Amino acid sequence: MPGPIQSLERAAAILRLLAGGERRLGLSDVASSLGLAKGTAHGILRTLQQEGFVEQDPVSGKYQLGAELLRLGNSFLDVHELRARALVWTDDLARSSGESAYLGVLHQQGVLIVHHVFRPDDSRQVLEVGAMQPLHSTALGKVLAAYDPVAHSEAAEGERAALTGRTVTSAADFEALLDLTRARGWAADLEETWEGVASIAAPVYDRRRMPVGAVGISGAVERVCDDDGAIRPRLVAAVRDCARAVSRDLGAGRF
Amino acid sequence: MTDTPNGTAADSADSGSSHGSGPFIAAIDQGTTSSRCIVFDRDGRIVAVDQKEHEQIFPKPGWVEHDAAEIWTNVQEVVAGAIRKAAQDIPGFTPADVKAIGITNQRETTLLWDRHTGEPVHNALVWQDTRTDTLCRELGRDVGQDRFRATTGLPLASYFAGPKIRWLLDHVDGLRERAEAGDILFGTMDSWVIWNLTGGVNGGVHVTDVTNASRTLLMDLRSLDWDQDILDAIGVPAAVLPQIRSSSEVYGTATIGGLEDVPVASALGDQQAALFGQTCFSQGEAKSTYGTGTFMLLNTGSTPVDSRNGLITTVGYRIGDDAPVYALEGSIAVTGALVQWMRDQMGLISTAAEIETLALTVEDNGGAYFVPAFSGLFAPYWQDDARGVIAGLTRYVTKAHIARAVLEATAWQTREIADAMTKDSGVELAALKVDGGMTSNNLLMQTLADVLDAPVVRPMVAETTCLGAAYAAGLAVGFWPDTDALRANWKRAAEWTPRMDGADRDREYHNWRKAVTRTMGWIEEEEH
Repeated sequence: MPGPIQSLERAAAILRLLAGGERRLGLSDVASSLGLAKGTAHGILRTLQQEGFVEQDPVSGKYQLGAELLRLGNSFLDVHELRARALVWTDDLARSSGESAYLGVLHQQGVLIVHHVFRPDDSRQVLEVGAMQPLHSTALGKVLAAYDPVAHSEAAEGERAALTGRTVTSAADFEALLDLTRARGWAADLEETWEGVASIAAPVYDRRRMPVGAVGISGAVERVCDDDGAIRPRLVAAVRDCARAVSRDLGAGRF
Repeated sequence: MTDTPNGTAADSADSGSSHGSGPFIAAIDQGTTSSRCIVFDRDGRIVAVDQKEHEQIFPKPGWVEHDAAEIWTNVQEVVAGAIRKAAQDIPGFTPADVKAIGITNQRETTLLWDRHTGEPVHNALVWQDTRTDTLCRELGRDVGQDRFRATTGLPLASYFAGPKIRWLLDHVDGLRERAEAGDILFGTMDSWVIWNLTGGVNGGVHVTDVTNASRTLLMDLRSLDWDQDILDAIGVPAAVLPQIRSSSEVYGTATIGGLEDVPVASALGDQQAALFGQTCFSQGEAKSTYGTGTFMLLNTGSTPVDSRNGLITTVGYRIGDDAPVYALEGSIAVTGALVQWMRDQMGLISTAAEIETLALTVEDNGGAYFVPAFSGLFAPYWQDDARGVIAGLTRYVTKAHIARAVLEATAWQTREIADAMTKDSGVELAALKVDGGMTSNNLLMQTLADVLDAPVVRPMVAETTCLGAAYAAGLAVGFWPDTDALRANWKRAAEWTPRMDGADRDREYHNWRKAVTRTMGWIEEEEH
């Protein structure tokens, strides 16, 4: 029996990368996220383009899935499916952390909140499902930018407005933040989006280990951080446990 | 070598987060498709779950049976399984930390067994089983469906246990003689589980609770005792009947699955357990459980409210010696089932969750209304000659509009039940507490709030049925002091507030009712 064919494996990896909603990636994004030389990635992309599996936008030069492939079946994860799978775990996250829990996915240039669980106290709260949050400053957005190359290009190329005095805006600092996020496996937002509010988030993967969203909590900085201003490890653990549980649920998925 | 499976992280234990420490309450949910055991901590959080499905037996069209021996074996296994998982996940857990067991169960499913051997004399007749249709019509005599309604709160329908008992006595050889001699015991699944838990042939207690008894067609809703006239009319010997007890008291003790001499301390039918788990303890509080079908219960306080609008009057719960709490119940046959129909029969979506995605691609129903009267209209109409209709079709309508109409059908059917409840009880719905699988559909929940013109609230624990049984058991043994402590455990996970313009709501409701009238009278000949 012959072994696997490397170029086909790479082609499959590129298609997976491009699979999703309105996703467009430049050559360098594709190459770097798969650890390929640019020339190799370009050769594979051109072949896929000839087969109709990939199309190149004539203006930006970015690649997206081709109509031929879409005809074979649209298999990206439905966000409402994601919410249904996350429901039990995010309830538990809100309960164990005492803070409100959120599930976010990339949508256009921001984070779309697809699920929100209230903070478990008796206060009046408003459901934020359907709201958009910034990609560059929130914990959910940083997780998406760190793990999803499409989100990364949106955040890297988009405007990073200074929402508070603590918002990280420079490209180098932002990239360093994403490196830290990847190294730790989670992201934080310490009053970088809203004064007085701190957040923690971690990535959710589907059965192909593709990052499909981020799950996290948000609350008053006095509760999320200890007296020294450091994020409470207990809350980080709760968020990461939840993200793993949702990912496991998706991994055992029925499609 | 074959491919290695991806996602190896999935191999580790499935507990998602840290749990509180003991003590704990265990709840057994003996349901229609499976038996489950869930262990809860004092905050009402889930500590461990185990579940096992049992066989659905279909001997003939319309007949549905369960093997009660298989169910009892499964109950023992899931209790042992849940205790084992709790021991794995919670440092220092011992079975002695479990202070009580509560029972909730599929309602109306009927079993007769031999008190000397403990063996069922026949498979259990499941609530969905329609073999007693003809018998129920005969029992109605010239009065019809409502012959026993004033006493029992129920119409004469094939769901309920009394006629199922009669069928078994008529169709199992020699059974009536054995029953009259006192050798046979009747029970719904709560009685079967409790009798076995407390010793079976070695001194098992033969009891049921007021909520389960209120589904037999044999109990007087006001006296909470078996009604001799109805027993005579249906032909059920009193000797087979269990003692009717409250929903929350110690019936006996059990030694099972590593637990020793643990009090068996609650029993509630599944929908009443959900009412309890949702802490609907005050008059006017209502819950609705959205699954394949939907069951909505409204707490009407200490008086049973007769329904003139096609609802059922039932016991909500009774805690020990307290006064019983009554409820009005409305059921909708097709809610989640309509989404499944769109997926499986129409192929318009590939998962149930995608109905929301499809529906959100348009802003409204495009003038289309979908009345899923697949097997007739239920509450509040009760017309079995009706069949499903999609009304208002034009060339403009797309599958996305139909998806909207599908979700709106669940919302409007809920509205009709809510209106009937208001008419019967005089109580306006202040808010609706929801649970069940469809609560993950955000668009549906918003639509529900819009058409009800009332807030819709989802609690943080999805397993309200098991939680209700755990709460009732915990109250009985003093694990929780009172219902106020249970209310404090109830946490709001989400709330949808009405956003629909009043004039739009009125117009849409008018159109919906117009569509409903189009379903009526479709079946012209009796096709029984």
